[in-house]
Amino acid sequence: MTQHVLDATELNCPMPILKAKQALAKMEAHDTLKVTCTDKGSTKDFIAFCHQTGNTLLSHDTEGNQFIFNIEKSA
Amino acid sequence: MSENNGMTIIASKGTLDWAFPPFIVGSTAAAMGKEVTIFFTFYGLGLLLKDLSSLRVSPQGNPAMPMKMPFGPKWLQNIDFAPKIPNIMWNIPGMELFATSMMKKTMKKNNIATIEELRDICLEMGVKLIACEMTIGMFGYSREDFIDGIEYAGAATYLDIAQGSNHDLFI
Repeated sequence: MTQHVLDATELNCPMPILKAKQALAKMEAHDTLKVTCTDKGSTKDFIAFCHQTGNTLLSHDTEGNQFIFNIEKSA
Repeated sequence: MSENNGMTIIASKGTLDWAFPPFIVGSTAAAMGKEVTIFFTFYGLGLLLKDLSSLRVSPQGNPAMPMKMPFGPKWLQNIDFAPKIPNIMWNIPGMELFATSMMKKTMKKNNIATIEELRDICLEMGVKLIACEMTIGMFGYSREDFIDGIEYAGAATYLDIAQGSNHDLFI
């Protein structure tokens, strides 16, 4: 199980989701991806994205103006 | 196409502003596991050209478009000039290019992805981009004008694909 990191700060909708999808495609099942965003709509969007794709959103946090997501890739 | 996992979009508009929705929604749907097809017809066909420099936006006849300066002091950037400028002003030669340039600067400042970027990602994610064969003939385009990786077909093909789609949008 490897932890991958994606810096999606300064990117706007829909780029954080698209970049996350591209990163997830290169990962193995159960690897995790930590995504950092500044897009204000990203929290709702990542919840929806994980809901639709079956990946698990382990956590979502806000630190200052940053939104941080931990996603586990589904099997 | 598997039953009800499809999204089909008709892209019919070819201005800079309306170029975004088909590519944004299409790429995002593909990222979320949908099988996406975008059918480009009439002015939408221009979105598949290799050269996108002709994509423009005009406040002419578009009173909803805010006109804010993408640079300068904050107080200046906050002013919306749209209701202050008579619409007839946008008839003056060069105003369309000016408005387009302002829109592009605003997008760049806000880190909005370009149409080229979004279109490339769509292709990368397997979004099927179909150019309307009839419109190509009508507008006098040739296949060399278009990017690689797209398909050419007509309304029947679109309808056949749309049969397996549970999101069908006309943009």
